[in-house]
Amino acid sequence: MARADPWQTAEVAGPKKAAVLNQAEVAMAVIRRAKRPLLLVGHRAAEITLGGRPLIDWVIRLSKGAALPIIASGKAAAALVGRRYPPAACLPVMDAANRLADPAWTGIDGKGGSDLVLLIGLPYPMAWTVLSGLKHFAPHLKTITIDNVYHPQASLSFPNLSEEEWAEHLGALIEHFEE
Amino acid sequence: MDRKGISLKIGEFASDVGQIRDLELTVGRITRDTWAETMGPTPFPGVTALRSWDRLLLSRYRPFYLPFCDLCCLCTYGKCDLTGGKRGACGIDMAAQQSRIVLLASCIGAATHISHARELVTYCIGRSGTTHRIDVGGVNVEVEAPITRLVSGVRPETLGDLERVLEYLEGQVTALLSATHTGMEGDALDFESKVLHAGMIDQVGMEVADIAQVSALGYPKADADAPAVPLGMGTVDTRKPVILVIGHNVPPAVGIIDCLHDRGLSRDVEVTGICCSAQDMARYAPGTKVIGPISWQLRYVRSGIADVIVLDEQCVRTDLLEEARRVRSPLIVTSEKNCLGLPDRTDDAVDQIAADLAAGRLPGALILDPEKAGAAAVETVLRVAPERKKQGVLPGLQALTGDADRCRGCVLCRRSCPNDLPIPEAMEQAAAGNLEPLGALYDACVGCGRCEEACPREIPVHSCIIAACSDRLTGETFTMRAGRGAIQDVEIRKVGGPIVLGEIPGVVAFVGCANYPRGGNDVAEMAVEFAWRKYIVMTSGCAAMSIGMYRDGDGKSPYEMFPGAFEAGGIVNVGSCVANAHIAGAAVKIASIFARRNLRANYEEIADYVYNRVGAVGVAWGAMSQKAAAIASGFWRLGIPVIVGPHGSKYRRMLLGRADRPEDWCVYDARTGEKVQVGPVPEHLFCAAETREEAMVLTAKLCMRPNDTTRGRALKLTHYMDLHRRHYGMVPEDLHLFVRTPADIPITMKDEVQRILAEKGWEETTIPDPTLLLRMIRAGKG
Ligand code: SF4
Ligand code: SF4
Repeated sequence: MARADPWQTAEVAGPKKAAVLNQAEVAMAVIRRAKRPLLLVGHRAAEITLGGRPLIDWVIRLSKGAALPIIASGKAAAALVGRRYPPAACLPVMDAANRLADPAWTGIDGKGGSDLVLLIGLPYPMAWTVLSGLKHFAPHLKTITIDNVYHPQASLSFPNLSEEEWAEHLGALIEHFEE
Repeated sequence: MDRKGISLKIGEFASDVGQIRDLELTVGRITRDTWAETMGPTPFPGVTALRSWDRLLLSRYRPFYLPFCDLCCLCTYGKCDLTGGKRGACGIDMAAQQSRIVLLASCIGAATHISHARELVTYCIGRSGTTHRIDVGGVNVEVEAPITRLVSGVRPETLGDLERVLEYLEGQVTALLSATHTGMEGDALDFESKVLHAGMIDQVGMEVADIAQVSALGYPKADADAPAVPLGMGTVDTRKPVILVIGHNVPPAVGIIDCLHDRGLSRDVEVTGICCSAQDMARYAPGTKVIGPISWQLRYVRSGIADVIVLDEQCVRTDLLEEARRVRSPLIVTSEKNCLGLPDRTDDAVDQIAADLAAGRLPGALILDPEKAGAAAVETVLRVAPERKKQGVLPGLQALTGDADRCRGCVLCRRSCPNDLPIPEAMEQAAAGNLEPLGALYDACVGCGRCEEACPREIPVHSCIIAACSDRLTGETFTMRAGRGAIQDVEIRKVGGPIVLGEIPGVVAFVGCANYPRGGNDVAEMAVEFAWRKYIVMTSGCAAMSIGMYRDGDGKSPYEMFPGAFEAGGIVNVGSCVANAHIAGAAVKIASIFARRNLRANYEEIADYVYNRVGAVGVAWGAMSQKAAAIASGFWRLGIPVIVGPHGSKYRRMLLGRADRPEDWCVYDARTGEKVQVGPVPEHLFCAAETREEAMVLTAKLCMRPNDTTRGRALKLTHYMDLHRRHYGMVPEDLHLFVRTPADIPITMKDEVQRILAEKGWEETTIPDPTLLLRMIRAGKG
């Protein structure tokens, strides 16, 4: 499998494909440049482990390090609350994406919408469809996926990665911010 | 009701007053109208008749499109790249293109139900005559066809009356489909309005189909105590010859059951079914065996238990001829819509067909006469069964380990699996002799077979999963309450008030196919949860089977735990897909029977009533088909929200409200004409949920309606808050949007809620007599 093939073989997007995010520095630069970035966290973050630690702990480190407010869907919200790190908002992912697509949205804090969203922990078909919706109907928004699967519908995506590689990629990104 | 086609010809006629020569008089229809109710504004509505109602809904629930790909490839101008706001060669943009695809899906779904209805009506008329009276519940059901009455403005009394309704539906679906042609509709919202129209006529089609079969085939008639029927592969007596029926159109199955009965063989042959044909077989003859939802097709066929396989239509795997060949089971196809390349043997003698099938001279036959198909299936199974000895193709233990050993861990199976199941890891374990991880995939496997298609080593992956837990399969012995059909008028009278006032917290319908993200248990557990909470739970089709395949700690199935009546805490199986019409029908009957609103061709007013007052929600957790798309669209036009599972996001469009925009949530107070802000109730019309837990929280929330009394709202809020806290670990952030007055606050949560309201700067509002329609305002009307 090539690193930039869609993880689900048949999910071919078309002419506009995500740039592959191989270097943590690039991701960091994009996040730093964004005015109002957000982290959208799906339920899988509360269910799976990475490098022997719950993925939700990686999410918290990233959120803290990069000062990324979190919108979490149900189970992820519960896991965050359980770690005394409640999300900035708890919304179903469809609802969150629909708001993100609206340039007039006043944001989770009422101070403005978003120009960058990072996604992690969503089931593949949902992440796929949501990213496509944002690609086509939210021209004001960049999307980055940081799961271990390549998502052609994003603006930028981690490639298909083994668990060890994923831990390295995510770890490097977090460490850049923590430095 | 109308009668058509009276023609009078007079060649020459002379009398004292004059002469007539060559007079031809044709009367298109004669109307025998015994329904005294005044005709409403929209009888037999055309494509745009309800456009303004649709626009009202769509202004609140704006489409959020989720394109599958960047292109349109529907005509030879294309492929056209629609990225970055580009338009295609025909001028269409991405939003319109997506809504066009949604319309196509809904048209396919509606056409399928309507065509199915046509077949059933023709069949039932052939069996019982055009004047056979429609009877779906005897004296308990006076409003026998609420959706048909509402949409068309006619009250069908006989089977023949249904034909006129079908003509209308067929015309509408053709018109709608034509709107998807290149260079037709170009506006996304107008496409969406047509989607809603397709959904509405789909509901009529389903109703026509079900009331015809209920009336003519002696099914349970609105019976809360419909018989329990055996469910699961373990219920099949494999010592007997076994016939399997798959699909949705029951006549061939009826042919089989009747033939067995006539030949005195009912106890000697097992008749088993998958999907909605099984649901309807069970309504016709409760001794038949329901194997399971559509995802059971491959596993059951490959087990080799079925000696003859009979297919009718809809959701049937199109590779079943090859699958049947592999297990040496003759295949009989019975629908002109699904011929599978087989020779047409309709005009041949049953003995001859059976002889050819039994001798293997033919792998299968097309028989378009359901009675003959039934007779041929019976004759064939008697000849074939002794020879076949139930030979299946599921690998034994040794073969399974050998297959697993050939796995090279390329991950192509996993990358093809819709549920991303960790097959390679399980294969590795299986090769080492540990079958548990492979068997553990069984629950979440939807039986699509994509893993096998992908495997470069030609490992029968799906078969391996099944074989790794074969005792699970044979241990599947459950029961399901047979589909009861309609809801009785008396039941509506009893619960109409509590539903409309919000004192029964909601009606939740678990419907649709079995494309579940994590297995059918999710549906069962949701149904049980809401039944415990005293919602009215309705179900149909494959979802009803999944609910039956659950047992509580005491070994009871949900159908044993909860009554089958349309009452708080009931689990009501209405029947097959087409019986879904009784779910929408129940909502419509609340408006007509309980609230005494005029029903006749009065769609907009009734939908406005249902939308503002009836806290109903559909949950199609495993929806995959175009029919499911059409069914959902029919619910939306009535203002009933639908939640789908994560795979449902592939329907490519959500209809989402914006709770953060108070200006979106105003209704008129019908008493005064004032505009009142009522909060986001219901918040969405169509939303995919990520997990079962999210679906439950969303369901409780979407049951709220502007008309809820304070007691009703307090009850609904209790459930919403409780589920939210249990699954999300916190109080809902949007709680304040649903509290209108202090009396709405659940008493047990008073302090906490009051604190939150204070933090949010909450202000009290009034509870109106809600309507979206200006014409419903009574003030100034005298
Ligand atoms: S048959 Fe089951 S395991 Fe194979 S791809 Fe389909 S869902 Fe996945
Ligand atoms: S596709 Fe076949 S060979 Fe590849 S991992 Fe799956 S089972 Fe093994």
